[in-house]
Amino acid sequence: MSESKEETELVTMNIDGQDYELPAGMNLVDAMASVKKEVPHYCYHPKLSVSGNCRMCLVEMGMPMKDRDTGEAILDDAGKQKIGWMPRPGIACNSKVAPGLHVRTNTDLVKDCRESVMEFLLVNHPLDCPICDQAGECRLQEFATDYGRGYSRFIEDKNVKPKRTQLGPRVMLDDERCILCSRCIRFCDEIVDDPVLGFTERGSYSTLTCYPGKQLENNYSLNTVDLCPVGALTSTDFRFKMRVWFLKPVRSICTESSVGVNTEVWSREGKIYRVTPRRNDAVNDTWMSDSGRELYRQVEAETRLKRFGTDGRKACIAEAIERAVELIKVGPVAYVASGHMSVEEQYLLRKVIEIEPGSVHMLRHEKEGDGLLISNDRTPNTRGALVTQLTQTLPDTDFSQLATKLDAGEIQTIVVFGEDLLANGIKAEQLKKINIVYFGTHANATSELARALLPTLTVFEKNGSFINQQFRLQTFLQCIPGPAGLLPDVVLIAKLRAALQGEKAIDPGVNEIWREMSEDLPIFAGLSFANIGETGKLLDSQAFVDLPFCEGKTLHYEPQAQALAGAVKS
Amino acid sequence: MNLKPQTLERIEKQLKRYPETRSMLLPMLHLVQEDKGYISKEAMEWIAEKLSLQPIDVYEVVTFYPMFRQEPIGKCHVRVCRTLSCALKGAYQTCDTLQTELKCGLNETSEEGDFTIEFVECIADCANAPVVHVDETMHAHITPDKAKVFARQLKDSVASQQPA
Amino acid sequence: MVKPEKRIILKYADEPNYTQDIDCYLKHGGYEMLKKAFKMKPEEVCAEVMDSGVRGRGGAGFPAGMKWKFLDRKSGKPIYLICNADESEPGTFKDRQIIHKDPHQLLEGMLITAYATQTKLAFIYIRGEMQEGARILERAIEEAREKNLLGDNILGSDYSCDMLVHRGAGAYICGEETGLIESLEGKRAYPRIKPPYFPAVLGLYQCPTIVNNVETLCHVKHIVEYGGKEYAKIGTPGNTGTRIWSVSGLVNKPGYYEYACGEITLGELIYDVCGGLLPGRSLKAVIPGGSSSKILRADERFTGTLKNGETFDWGITDIPMDFDSLAACGSMSGSGAVIVMDDSVDMVEALANINAFYAHESCGQCTPCREGSLWMKKVTQRMTHGGAREEDADLLHSISTQISGRTICAHGEACAWPTESFINKFKDEFVAKASQPARRSEEALRLI
Repeated sequence: MSESKEETELVTMNIDGQDYELPAGMNLVDAMASVKKEVPHYCYHPKLSVSGNCRMCLVEMGMPMKDRDTGEAILDDAGKQKIGWMPRPGIACNSKVAPGLHVRTNTDLVKDCRESVMEFLLVNHPLDCPICDQAGECRLQEFATDYGRGYSRFIEDKNVKPKRTQLGPRVMLDDERCILCSRCIRFCDEIVDDPVLGFTERGSYSTLTCYPGKQLENNYSLNTVDLCPVGALTSTDFRFKMRVWFLKPVRSICTESSVGVNTEVWSREGKIYRVTPRRNDAVNDTWMSDSGRELYRQVEAETRLKRFGTDGRKACIAEAIERAVELIKVGPVAYVASGHMSVEEQYLLRKVIEIEPGSVHMLRHEKEGDGLLISNDRTPNTRGALVTQLTQTLPDTDFSQLATKLDAGEIQTIVVFGEDLLANGIKAEQLKKINIVYFGTHANATSELARALLPTLTVFEKNGSFINQQFRLQTFLQCIPGPAGLLPDVVLIAKLRAALQGEKAIDPGVNEIWREMSEDLPIFAGLSFANIGETGKLLDSQAFVDLPFCEGKTLHYEPQAQALAGAVKS
Repeated sequence: MNLKPQTLERIEKQLKRYPETRSMLLPMLHLVQEDKGYISKEAMEWIAEKLSLQPIDVYEVVTFYPMFRQEPIGKCHVRVCRTLSCALKGAYQTCDTLQTELKCGLNETSEEGDFTIEFVECIADCANAPVVHVDETMHAHITPDKAKVFARQLKDSVASQQPA
Repeated sequence: MVKPEKRIILKYADEPNYTQDIDCYLKHGGYEMLKKAFKMKPEEVCAEVMDSGVRGRGGAGFPAGMKWKFLDRKSGKPIYLICNADESEPGTFKDRQIIHKDPHQLLEGMLITAYATQTKLAFIYIRGEMQEGARILERAIEEAREKNLLGDNILGSDYSCDMLVHRGAGAYICGEETGLIESLEGKRAYPRIKPPYFPAVLGLYQCPTIVNNVETLCHVKHIVEYGGKEYAKIGTPGNTGTRIWSVSGLVNKPGYYEYACGEITLGELIYDVCGGLLPGRSLKAVIPGGSSSKILRADERFTGTLKNGETFDWGITDIPMDFDSLAACGSMSGSGAVIVMDDSVDMVEALANINAFYAHESCGQCTPCREGSLWMKKVTQRMTHGGAREEDADLLHSISTQISGRTICAHGEACAWPTESFINKFKDEFVAKASQPARRSEEALRLI
């Protein structure tokens, strides 16, 4: 779990006859899940208000009995304090951990409650499993298997409701499958303030609807698909593409902005099928933007660079590295780094620059964010460059400084990492006599001019880490292999470094790089790629407190608070 | 949204009395329906704007409460109570007769647009079962044997445009 | 010899020349009790109501004095009073009489309650179908305002209270107090989860709110008149005051009759007061407290022990009409609506009729009631249209027991208890349906 600022008091409560120490006031569903006593539920969600309507989380609850007047404990024959069990089962989602609370989940009553609710949910539910995208990750399937009766007693006609309604550009709705849990409505109302969804009609004919003429088209609409416990809301992009049990989920970080949304990338045999958010209560809760999910398409974009090249012709890696070394040694060199580079790549580049010094330029990708999960800085790792000491200042709005240097004849070779100089303040004439060494994933006007072209891998195809706006160090893992013949960026830069020093290259993995970094940089002391953990590590940002970062308030980020926090516990 | 001036006046007057404007939603829907005969999409959007609500908020409410209708009905709204006390006194047979005599199907409007016949649930007048609620009047003891005569009365009243 | 009614609430309602206007009401001692209450402290009025032991007349029978005690008076938020005039429980038509014939009695009862609970704004939530009733109440409110009995500085005191009439639009679930509050707030009438949304703490606009039935509020006036302890002498301990019983169904004289609690038995009510059954008919079953209450079989024997320790052994005609006796017999007095069924009634049809009501009225918020009520309706629908199977009786019973106690509000019990009790008491009829080739027996009336 992520760091919490307050210390919450632990109290003793009893679940199925066993005592547990749990934080007072914690939601009972979450608390019981934390001690592996799952309470099945549909409508409850830790990040939304409690609605208590599915009734799946019914459990028996009781408190120790005390004499009303004296306050003394009432004891049973064996001398133990009697428990006053409530006459009716209660919903766990609306209950909190309290000292002395007793809960029973293994009784006949609770078993019957769960079987009943399952039966009721399935009574009007269409037999869509063979054609429903939710199969394999559907809570009706899971809980029916775990807690259902196992056979149906319903022989009447099922309700007919609108099927396959396009609710918005990215979301498809099947009303017959809907169990009316209201998670999607609460999400749209409470999290993104786009209240377009509601229930019309009444009773069992209640139908999830968007107001006619309006659409569910906000940039967080796909979160409703994640939230929907059944196959009522599905992604139009993912529709009918792949069965989820064939997909392998790997954790990654979204590169849309410096928020560093935690993600899960689902792939099969080297092809990505979808991206979903990964829970991180300190960064993005359980949400991510729709535009962030789309980013996986860059992997198979037409402009993808797939061949090493020298002077416009195909080459092999060794040739490309050799040519790059040549061009760098021609000198003087300037380096264009990027906030898209990982921490490891930025560190290795800095090591290269120590061997062959030159000015370092970074481009600011600033665009107004949405105050939720897209920040004003549209790169994932601006702070990585600061922390690895690749740069000392924030990126520039354009390359005018570089342009000045070019005009003054001070530069002969530019080593570029993924930026298009010609689109950001450099003119074609200025580059006419310049040697470009280009590292990048996609072709652009600058890469066309490269005399040494070294294609790199996208975030999905390599391991690494980013430092987000909170100065939180977060790792991402390789999900799919890169295009044939390509190598991770860190390997290429390490080869370059070795070649510049005239040494034999040892291709490092992230672990080796971290060994070096943790010794070299005090801010990384004691860290390894493995021990950074799945929810990241907050770094000591005291040294950078005075820099004018461009981000404004987003979920879990307040610029003032961040600046004031300064030294934060890791 | 051209409502009658009296309707607008009543809306303004009543709106002031509620601590929160959203409470005005049901009264407003009643007033608009009395004025226009039904709640159109245009009306829903107008009401939403007036009360600073989303159109979906109004739509949700219109479809929840059976008294609000989204389509116009006949001149004479005939509602037969079908709940137990009235059913025990022959409400279903009464309704069948009314449908035949008024040439109007259940939940439909007759061809000339004179009648709309619906079943409703208990309207709290059970000692007078079977009760038929026509426009704003409760008609008592419309047993199956009296249904034909009652239908005649309704037809006459519609023909003369006078309330029954 | 028919026992005469004890008309406290309906004392003047049916007298010739008694009209709804305030002048008539004032001539009959109207608003004197409001003046009397004003001479008392609000806490004193509450104490009288507590002493009276008066129980809610809407259906739940919860002691009104205790409900007022739960009111959060320290929150600093305004306190609201809502009169629940959404009379929709099938078989009930008592509040209709009060509203249409003696509206000022309700207003006076409400104003006394408002004063006792320090309410500044009171609402009358009246069902949408009672258009005439709403107009009558609005007129009454304006009349009272003109006479300084309502509005600013009532009777020259520094206590002000305004009142307004709010019409519903055809939903039975608006009779549930938190469903009513949601409806009053302009939303779908989805009852709220309790805790935390107890109306006395977080009610209308999240402020402390009291919701009371029309009849209950009228009793408040009479409690101030008698004094709580004197009032408590009417009826029996735990069942104080009078109740208006609404009798309908297959009796000769259906109607509304007011008696002290326990003063009259079910037999006396049906056979003496209501003139007995239709010619040639015998009693088959009675629903004693509105369609939500469990049905009683005419030939059943009811035995047990009452709250006061007395044992009882009753036939259906012996049951005293009050709260506790009917509860002891496995049913409830509910809204006081008695529906009488004779031997011409097909119980499967009757249940199908009731199930259709609850399926229609379920708000749809929580799973058991939403799906269970419609399922039960579909089963009884099928059974009355030639598709009955022997196992349907057990199936219906099983579904109903899966709903009670598992829902957000009492609509779960309301839709489950009819099915549960009908099957318990008349299982043979349900099982026999399977072997009946015709849609229904020739004699029985079509009820669905």
